[in-house]
Order: sequence, then C-alpha cells, then structure tokens
Amino acid sequence: MKQFPVAGKAITLLFTAAFLVACSGSDTKESEEAAAAAAAAAAAAAEAEQAAASAANTEIMRMQEAVSAAGNVFYFEYDSSTLTSQALQALDAHAALLKSNERTVRLEGHTDERGTREYNMALGERRANAVRDYMAGSGVANYRIETVSYGEEQAIAYGSGESNWAQNRRVELK
Amino acid sequence: MKWLAITSFNILLLAIALSARAELVIEITQGADNPTAIAVVPFAVQGSGSGIEDIAGVVQSDLHRSGQFAPVDRRDMLGLPSTKKDIFYRDWRAIETEYLLIGRVSVTDRMRIDYELYDVVRQKAVYTGAEEGPVNEARMLAHRVSDRVYESLTGIRGAFATRLLYVAVTRVPGGKDYFRLTLADSDGARPIVLLESREPVLAPAWSPDGKEIAYVSFESSRPAIYRQNLQSGAREQLTNFRGLNGAPAWSPDGKSMAMVLSKDGSPDIYLMDLASKQLQRITRHYAIDTEPTWMPDGKSLLFTSDRGGRPQIYRYDVASAQTTRLTYEGAYNARARVAQDGRNVVMVHQQNGRFHIALLDLVSDRLQILTSTELDESPSIAPNGSMLLYATKFQGRGILAAVSVDGGVKFRLPARDGDVREPAWSPYMGR
Repeated sequence: MKQFPVAGKAITLLFTAAFLVACSGSDTKESEEAAAAAAAAAAAAAEAEQAAASAANTEIMRMQEAVSAAGNVFYFEYDSSTLTSQALQALDAHAALLKSNERTVRLEGHTDERGTREYNMALGERRANAVRDYMAGSGVANYRIETVSYGEEQAIAYGSGESNWAQNRRVELK
Repeated sequence: MKWLAITSFNILLLAIALSARAELVIEITQGADNPTAIAVVPFAVQGSGSGIEDIAGVVQSDLHRSGQFAPVDRRDMLGLPSTKKDIFYRDWRAIETEYLLIGRVSVTDRMRIDYELYDVVRQKAVYTGAEEGPVNEARMLAHRVSDRVYESLTGIRGAFATRLLYVAVTRVPGGKDYFRLTLADSDGARPIVLLESREPVLAPAWSPDGKEIAYVSFESSRPAIYRQNLQSGAREQLTNFRGLNGAPAWSPDGKSMAMVLSKDGSPDIYLMDLASKQLQRITRHYAIDTEPTWMPDGKSLLFTSDRGGRPQIYRYDVASAQTTRLTYEGAYNARARVAQDGRNVVMVHQQNGRFHIALLDLVSDRLQILTSTELDESPSIAPNGSMLLYATKFQGRGILAAVSVDGGVKFRLPARDGDVREPAWSPYMGR
C-alpha cells in the first residue's frame, strides 16, 4: 500500500507551508510574498508527490495485470516437482506484486490420480514447496507463505487420461 | 450406538445407520477352479421370528463370495430339512452336493442359532455349533456361522464376522466433494457413516483390537490425524503439525502409532507413544518416506521411500534401527500391507504404466501380480490372509474390489452411488 505513505508526505509538506505562513513576521508584503512562495513550493511538491504516487499506482496496476494474466495455478509434469518455464514466469509476476504488499499466501499442492494416495500427498507437498522456495528466492519472506498438500484428493478433472491428469498436477496460489 | 455431535460447520461426526441396505453391491467375477458344492438350507425359525434376517441367505452369500464354494440354488433343493432326521442323503447326492448345512433359529429377546454341517458322501456331521447374541446383531451371528463352516471345510479361520472401513465420495463438479468415512460389515451390509466432511478424509486404519480407528481429516483446512472410539464415538486429535500429517498405522501392541510428518523438512516416519504423545523420529532422509505399516510381530516396519530415485518398499528394524530395501522388481512399489502370517506382503506395483496389486512372498522372494485393472491401489488383507480388498476404477467410478491371495477368486464391490475407496479390513473382532 505505497500510496498511503506518499500521500502522508504531501500532507506533511502542506502543514509545513501553513506553519511558515502563520509564523511570518510583521512585514505584510514580505510575509505575503513568503507565503505565496511557500504555497507555490508546497503545491509543486504535492504535484510531484502525486505524480510519483500515480506512477507507483500505475506500477502496481501493471503488476496486478501481470498477475491476472499469469493466473493462480501452476502446472507440473508427471511425478515431477520441477517448475516449468511458464510457471517460473508466472511466479515472477506474483513475487513482484507480493513484494509491494504484506499479503500472506497459501500454496496448495495437488497430483493426478496415478500412484498411491500417501505418496501423492508427499509429492503434492514437494510441488508446493518448490513454488514456495522459488518465491522465497525472489524475495518474498518465508513466513508469508503457507503450504498444504492435498495429494490426489481434490481433482479438478475427474476423468482418467493425460488431458485430465495434466489439469490435476498443479499448485494453486490462494 | 446412536450419537451425533456437530463439531464445526465443515464436518459432522455421526454414527447413524444409513439403512439395512448395503451401499456396496457385490459382483463376483471369478471363482476358484473346483469350488466345493454346499447346500445351505433355509434355517427353521422358532418363536417370534417374523421379519428376521435370512440367516442361511447371509451364510450362503459369504461362502459364495469366498470363491471356494458353489452354493446350491434353493430352487434345486428337493427338501428343506432343518433336523438330522429329515435329511435324505440320496436327494443331495442326486444334485451333487458335497456338504449340507442345516440349522434352527430361535428368537426371544435374543437370537440363538443352532446348526450342523454334514458330509453328504460320508453321511455324517462334520461340525455342530451354536451362536447367540442380540437380535439386532443377527447378521453378525450369521457371519459367525459362516466363519465356523469355512474353517471346518478349509482349515483356515473364517473372516466373515469382521468389518470394513472405507471412504465414500460424492463428487460435486466445480464445488467441494462430500467425503464420508464409513463402517460396514465385511459384506458391505449395515453401513454407518462415522464422519462426513466437505474436506478430504483419508487413510482409515484399525487399532489391533478393532475397537478404535485412526484417520486423516482436512476439516481444519490442513491435514491432521485423529483417533476415534467406535463404541463411544469419543474422538481425539493426535497431530496438528506444519506440513504432512498422514498414514497412521497402529502398532500390533496398540501402544504406539507410526505416522508420516514433514514438520522437520521432508516427509519422514515417526512413532507416537499414544499414552505420552511423545514422538520418535525413525527415518531421517531428504527423500519421501511414507506409508508405514507394521510387521505382525511389531519388530519391524515397512515403508515406501523414493530415496533410490523411485518409490520402493524398505524395511526398518526397530531394535537395530537399520533400514534395508525390500523390493527391486519394477520401478514403482508402494504402500505395503502385511498378512498376519508375516510372509505375504501386498503392495501397489507399476508395470507398463499401469498400477496393479502385487504380492511379494518374503520366504520365496517371488513377486506375483494379482490384478489386471490399471489404477489399483490401497490393498488391505483380511485378518485370515485369504483375500485382500483394494480400490480401483471401473467404468469411470472408484470402486472396491477383492482378490484372493492366489489370484484365483475375484469380486467387485461398487457403490450404488458415487465413488468408494481406501478399504481397511478390520482385525478379528472379539467373540
């Protein structure tokens, strides 16, 4: 939430200008000139801060758009917890946005139906951990990331065959 | 046994019989080569017996399901004797019956079943027995009759008077599935839902005395291991660690539980002392170590590990703390369960990309594939070691199936609705 500190600074500046006006001497003309100058300076500063804030806002919006485009689901190959290049790109977008805020995230690891349930539970955890480790490496603090594995218990696609299985081998960021 | 407690919005702890009707349907697909012909004559009912269970019918189905018996169709019976004096052996020889079971049921406030098993060729009784118990336990009494008949004729203790745990799932596409941890008789009859949840429930396991169960529930939005008393319904949460909390396996002495936790980094096997809740970590490897199961003597455990690159079965010796690899055949061997003889080990075995149930004989070191379907998992051996239940897929649905340890007898137990999986066959119940 960077826009709040920026706005705060602008308000501080305005108060300072008002204080200068109130404390100026008896020479009305001088004080008027000083007040006008201070007001102009304050206005300029506020404008600059606003511009910066709006730039920051634009940057956050850009990151949010990148995250929406990347999606919240990252897919894996069979019996693998290696992040695909697509997943890495998506995670870069998420990490960039997460570094701009204080949100905590939950990573849910899933597998397809092949293999035993408890082994898949461990494999789902491996996948969630792979995502967590990559995000931590990108600067998102570990304590902000919770991982839970559901193994094969929460399938997206119920049927068998690779087209269904591929949809189920995933980590969901929530 | 009717109790109910709402513990949260997500789950319902209950023990209400759904109906007398089984949720599971039995379809026998393959019997033994030379099944024994046995006639189970409808038992005579004495006393206020209207509307009671067809005891002989239950016994006949039990024997049929074992695959080792070919019961005589009732319509082929030339007489319906219920006492010795009414038996005409030539009638039974005429329809090639080898054994004849007759009996009498008397119902007062309790039920008593008296029965005799006759050898038709030798024309003499080979077993005489009686079972007694509450009327509402009629089916269990019938299963005890089956146990006695089975033991007299095969020399192997029967396992019909046992129970099953399984997980039934109702799919909700695009939403959260319903999970129901269910308890039923060994023939699927009398199902009772023990826990209903919108979050996954899995890994049901029995205590060695058959009085308690353990399982994993995600009801807190994370996995946790629970134990539950079947009589009182009392439930206790045993673990709530960060990471995996899975695969509970009661030790044969009932005092500790093996489980999988990943709280220290990677999934490892731990032992929890159930009295003190003290944990002892018994594997320490960066690989996946999971699916612990006990050898019947309690001196060692088997578990699955991919420390060699692919999942294989390993054995951990408690006294020496040594681990040795047990399986070498095939690229995927996982989730072992051991028969009470300590010799037959069943597991999930991958061959040509398909997952089958295989049996490893620890004495001959021979591995035999028992099933031919392709997504077979969760094998559970009957306490007498004769058959095993497992989960598989059939026509797109999760079903239970059974196969004898020699692969000769097979039957399916699909649910009437939804999917069923993770069967856990109980130990012998106390008599």
